[in-house]
Amino acid sequence: MQEQIASAPAPDLVEEERSQGKRITAQSRGTLHHKQGPQNREDRVEVLQLLISGLANGCVYGLIALGFVLIYKATEAVNFAQGDFMMLGAFVTLGLVNPEYAGIPFWLALPLVFLIMGVLGYLLDIVVLRAVFGQSQVAVIIVTIALGFVIRFAVGEIWGHEPQSLRSPLALGDVRIGELVLGLADIAVIIVTLIMTFLLWQFFQRTKMGLAMQAASQNQMAAYYMGIPVKRIQGMVWALAGIVAAVAGILYASKGALDPTAGFIGIKAFAAAVIGGFGSLPGALLGGLIVGVIEPFASRYLPPGWSQIAPYALLIAVLLFRPHGLFAQVRAKKV
Amino acid sequence: MRFHFKTDYDQDIRLFPDWWNFSLYAALLVLALALPLLIDPFFLGEATNVLIWSVAGLGLMLLTGQTGQVSLGHSAFMALGCYSCVLMMEANVPFVLAFVLAGVITGVVGALIAIPALKLHGVYLAIATLALAILADDIIVLLKEWTDGVNGKMSPPIDLFGYEISRWNNPVEWYYLVLVVVLVVTLFYRNLLRAPLGRAFAAVRDSEISAQAMGVNVAQTKTIAFGISCAITGLGGALMGLFAGAFNNETFNFLLSIQLLMMIVVGGLGFIHGAFLGAVVIAFLPQVLSMTTDLFGRGVAIPGLESGVFGVILILFILFEPMGLYGRWLKIRTFLELFPFARKDMFKRQKSYLKTERLR
Repeated sequence: MQEQIASAPAPDLVEEERSQGKRITAQSRGTLHHKQGPQNREDRVEVLQLLISGLANGCVYGLIALGFVLIYKATEAVNFAQGDFMMLGAFVTLGLVNPEYAGIPFWLALPLVFLIMGVLGYLLDIVVLRAVFGQSQVAVIIVTIALGFVIRFAVGEIWGHEPQSLRSPLALGDVRIGELVLGLADIAVIIVTLIMTFLLWQFFQRTKMGLAMQAASQNQMAAYYMGIPVKRIQGMVWALAGIVAAVAGILYASKGALDPTAGFIGIKAFAAAVIGGFGSLPGALLGGLIVGVIEPFASRYLPPGWSQIAPYALLIAVLLFRPHGLFAQVRAKKV
Repeated sequence: MRFHFKTDYDQDIRLFPDWWNFSLYAALLVLALALPLLIDPFFLGEATNVLIWSVAGLGLMLLTGQTGQVSLGHSAFMALGCYSCVLMMEANVPFVLAFVLAGVITGVVGALIAIPALKLHGVYLAIATLALAILADDIIVLLKEWTDGVNGKMSPPIDLFGYEISRWNNPVEWYYLVLVVVLVVTLFYRNLLRAPLGRAFAAVRDSEISAQAMGVNVAQTKTIAFGISCAITGLGGALMGLFAGAFNNETFNFLLSIQLLMMIVVGGLGFIHGAFLGAVVIAFLPQVLSMTTDLFGRGVAIPGLESGVFGVILILFILFEPMGLYGRWLKIRTFLELFPFARKDMFKRQKSYLKTERLR
């Protein structure tokens, strides 16, 4: 059923990185061919820097997309509020950690954040989404969009609309390697995302709960006959999606300022999920990385105005030419 | 409860089933015509706003309520209708022609976009159209020479057969202009539903597979539905831009299409009445909210309050009244007509379980 769940995202990822890098360097050489010697080297450093920051952004998109995919796989519904979940998770962390609010040490607050977001996801499923159970997809789309609005409003009321920054231990500043200036936060984000994806993958593969989630997604009635508590499992999936959103939110907040409109990057995560095929965890991560890498290069090499279009244009192109994602047809059953 | 003794097949598809029904709508029309005499210009402006929203809502209703396709991209088509209408008016095309042509252009573009997009189902279509709405915002900025980008355009005064109608000097004429558009669109919509095409829409909504089995060309039907829907929404967008006086890319950002979708859900998906009821809610909600906040002494506007409250209303509707305001009215009416024989579960949904069609 779910063999070869992406023979580990890492190799693919490295490939992707390399091919992206190669393509872009070639392009930049084309446009800046009059530069020689040291400038060329600077170019390459710049490309590497764009690449790493793009990958870090892409990891956040990928994590939000993972949330989409989790819920889609288990309930066949799409959570349009996942971006706002992420924003909420970041603000809950901020409220617990930052000295002007609760001021709890970060590592102590972390399990608390996961607990809060998990319980919130579970409650949302019980109170709101279970009522939409079995209704048309229009209803689910609209309910989750509305949830997003409510979350944005609530966060704005509680924590205000000004951009704030999270006191995150991941925001470590920069490190210089030769001419290369790397944000340590970017690297931390990439590492945490890889660990997270690996854990989720193992969870779906190895644990009873993960297998039950897969079963419930394929046929609710049959899963119910097999003794799987389908409703509770769905609640669990929403709780899990809340936790993943919290991780994404913390990573997002470690990289820069945070305000209630941050949830709109969920739309870019849609692009990621669609590119990845909407049904596969590693696909979602890979889609996120692609979108993340394209963005900084588009804003560097395309005329202003065209660069913001790039992710959405890519999304539409993928939907038109590969409606089931770039990676969906490659293997049989995926998680 | 009135029972119809049917002696003719045409009775099933008449515009009005009986004289009582006809006289109700005739009374409503008389009320609408007399409205400028009854209320002051400020509320007349609000009434005009409601009618404009309902034109746009009718457009989306045709697609989502009647054909069952979700679109989050109708703000793009409102923008297209608005900009094309205003650009043509600036090129000295007579208003009536420019307005109708704007609708036609929007419809044709919508249908062209629909051809590839409608291969997608449900969620994918929603996401693709959402991306389209966001792209439209950026494209308006990119086409600076025509659209003046972020600076926006002023809408020119409407010149109707040599008679100038401006937003501020002639609110009554504006109201009648919009009312005429609403009447034409509503009659067109109602007649469409009686025609074979309208029946095909319903068939596609209820089950694509059975529609196909009944000889409906699903792809073609969906494309036509998308085109007509976009045309009507484009007309609504043109009216909205002209009524607003000035507009830019922000006027038509993607939140507008989400608002539009929410509006028809609150009103009642699949009912013409629903578009109007939803428009009333969406047009008066800001007023009601600002009055309430004034009451509680918070003079400053609370950012995001409107969409937050609207989100809550919407969730409550989906949870407790998925058929919307008009559905609630239908239930109340049935209860009254059948009293005391109405049963609680007459409108109950059948239980359904998810069995995925996915192969992966």
